[in-house]
Amino acid sequence: MSHNCDSCVALAELERMGVKLDKFDRVVALAGNPNTGKSTLFNALTGLKQHTGNWPGKTVTRAEGGFEFGKVRYKLVDLPGTYSLLSASSDEEVARDFLLFGRPDATVVVVDATALERNLNLVIQVLEITDRVVVAVNLMDEAARKGIDVDVRSLSRDLGVPAVGIVARTGDGLHALLESVDGVSSGAIVTKPLHVTGTPEFQRAVAELVPLIEQAAPGVPNARWIAIRLLDGDAQVEEALATGRLAQLVAEQQGATERFSQKMALQGAQ
Amino acid sequence: MATTAAAAEAIRRAAGLRDTLNVSFRDEAVRSIYSEATRIAGRAAHQSHERRFDFDQRIDRLVTSPVFGLPIMGLMLAAVFWLTIAGANVPSAMLANAFFWFEDQAATAFEAVGFPWWVTGFVWHGVFRGLAWVVSVMLPPMAIFFPLFTMLEDLGYLPRVAFNLDFLFRGAGAHGKQALTMAMGFGCNAAGVIATRVIDSPRERLVAILTNNFVPCNGRFPTLIMLATIFVGAAFPASFASLAAAGAVMGIVLIGVVFTLAVSWALSRTMLRGEASAFTLELPPYRRPGVLRILYTSLIDRTLFVLWRAMLTAAPAGAVIWILANITVGGTSLAQHIASGLNPLGYAMGLDGVILLAYIIAIPANEIVVPTMLMVYMKTGMMSDMDSFDDIKTLLVDRNGWTLLTAVNLMLFSLLHNPCATTILTIYRETLSKKWTAIGALMPLAIGFIVTILVATIWRLVAA
Repeated sequence: MSHNCDSCVALAELERMGVKLDKFDRVVALAGNPNTGKSTLFNALTGLKQHTGNWPGKTVTRAEGGFEFGKVRYKLVDLPGTYSLLSASSDEEVARDFLLFGRPDATVVVVDATALERNLNLVIQVLEITDRVVVAVNLMDEAARKGIDVDVRSLSRDLGVPAVGIVARTGDGLHALLESVDGVSSGAIVTKPLHVTGTPEFQRAVAELVPLIEQAAPGVPNARWIAIRLLDGDAQVEEALATGRLAQLVAEQQGATERFSQKMALQGAQ
Repeated sequence: MATTAAAAEAIRRAAGLRDTLNVSFRDEAVRSIYSEATRIAGRAAHQSHERRFDFDQRIDRLVTSPVFGLPIMGLMLAAVFWLTIAGANVPSAMLANAFFWFEDQAATAFEAVGFPWWVTGFVWHGVFRGLAWVVSVMLPPMAIFFPLFTMLEDLGYLPRVAFNLDFLFRGAGAHGKQALTMAMGFGCNAAGVIATRVIDSPRERLVAILTNNFVPCNGRFPTLIMLATIFVGAAFPASFASLAAAGAVMGIVLIGVVFTLAVSWALSRTMLRGEASAFTLELPPYRRPGVLRILYTSLIDRTLFVLWRAMLTAAPAGAVIWILANITVGGTSLAQHIASGLNPLGYAMGLDGVILLAYIIAIPANEIVVPTMLMVYMKTGMMSDMDSFDDIKTLLVDRNGWTLLTAVNLMLFSLLHNPCATTILTIYRETLSKKWTAIGALMPLAIGFIVTILVATIWRLVAA
């Protein structure tokens, strides 16, 4: 692989902006299983030095940073690692709430090339929430060392969203990743995300609930996902809907939380 | 309101629809997610050649083995302490020399220019001396300890620690991931408290938050290291001194872990009753640590960050001490008055009034306990400069009556007392409960009082 040249192209066009977040054009979220290298990718893109470590669950708050690519300014939000979006622990809630209500222009799901199957469970769940997804297959070098070949084109075809192989630690593949992020977030790349459909009765039930939810919480994104959670009997979502907290969550996640996040990132760095 | 009515209707309708669906509809959906993931992964990933030799697994079998796991962990921790103590000695003394030489020069220059004595005293013997102590006592050990610790973290060793300690935490009714948050506490207890977010169950998370303070943070390590070096290390031949000192620090850390487990056990049976919940923990592959990045994060982010915080609190503390030591009422300074007021309690704890005064002034940050203490002693002892740990020992033992009991109990009290202000604030932000914050702050302090008074009483009985 001509990784040196690849990364120098990325370097030439990538402007790392650290925490200078006053003006940005698009918001990109970083999601993924724990310990797949989200923070490493975050640092590589923003030039920040968010603390990284080799253990699952290191990032418990969301950190924000900025970068510019192709004359577009991006705000990048590093979310805590999660195995699924269905659990109730507070770090997973941070990730889930942002994906649901923060309305990122694109979500990069970082997956571990050496443990693809387990990582894809989360990707499929994220696709239930948002269409604008790019899958970053990280740790391609580790996979190669273990004798695992990952065919990203096959992944991309099956998932219906772009998939790019990267090595976040060396910067390998970042240029291709950013091009996909640009395409998906601008709408130039139209994705056809895979939806795992349930039984016909289930589909009917969801369709019946969606309009009611949209009426209850005007402007709520992903009413479909909330309908599924309601059918599931998720007490937290029920409560959020009944108390109007859902509407409040939408407002909160879209509001300017930069100062808050910066402070949290600092604490995480200790 | 129309929206609340719609919300109630949606919830009611959902409950009704749930009954019409097959009970296992969501299980089916989850299962189809899994089978879809398996199918896609199977098509995209291929094992091209057999792995020759699984190095990771071999190492894991050793470091997580029931027999060798814990001893290896202990050895690694002891090695880290030993490297820190042996390596920090000389640079600490050099820094102290340089700073105090500068203090003298600057004070002389101030006098020559004609500043009043109290300006010179306040600026150079108060504020500057506070800063100088913090930097020379803290910088070298931190500059060694943090990179070593970050290296272990980067390598992927922490999850193995959690794996090894799981049976202990489960036995105490706590969550196995508490081992991870405890390890974070070695860096900073406030960071450790935030790290408890990885624990799902609120009960176990509270246990982890309330007990995080029982591992000494980097702000307290310099105190422990200094005392271990002066009092424990010095009792051994020079060639064993740093080894013995490392052993003493290690002993204090182990006592901290024992208290973590014991208090977790007690909480799980009283205020926070419940069983330990099951969890899965991935053992990530070992990764070669990026040396340059480690140096950057541990030196810039951690060391300088902590040092900066220490200096911010040390400067006003130095000023407060100078004022207390130089305002006299009835012939004795305020510092003396307060210290003698605290003396009876200090004596019962095997300490003295000055040490307790230092702890009160140092509530904002534990880092400044020793410098504060020394400054109060110096003011009363009229000692102007100290070049090495030997001079500190002379000051403490010969002029202020310290014994081995004082050193041991100060090490214990440094481990077992209230968290610093930042940590207390973090506990409040994470729990949003005044009650748990108060317990988190006062419980360790109460335990500290009890333990030191017990040790002092028994010590004096045995010695008498």
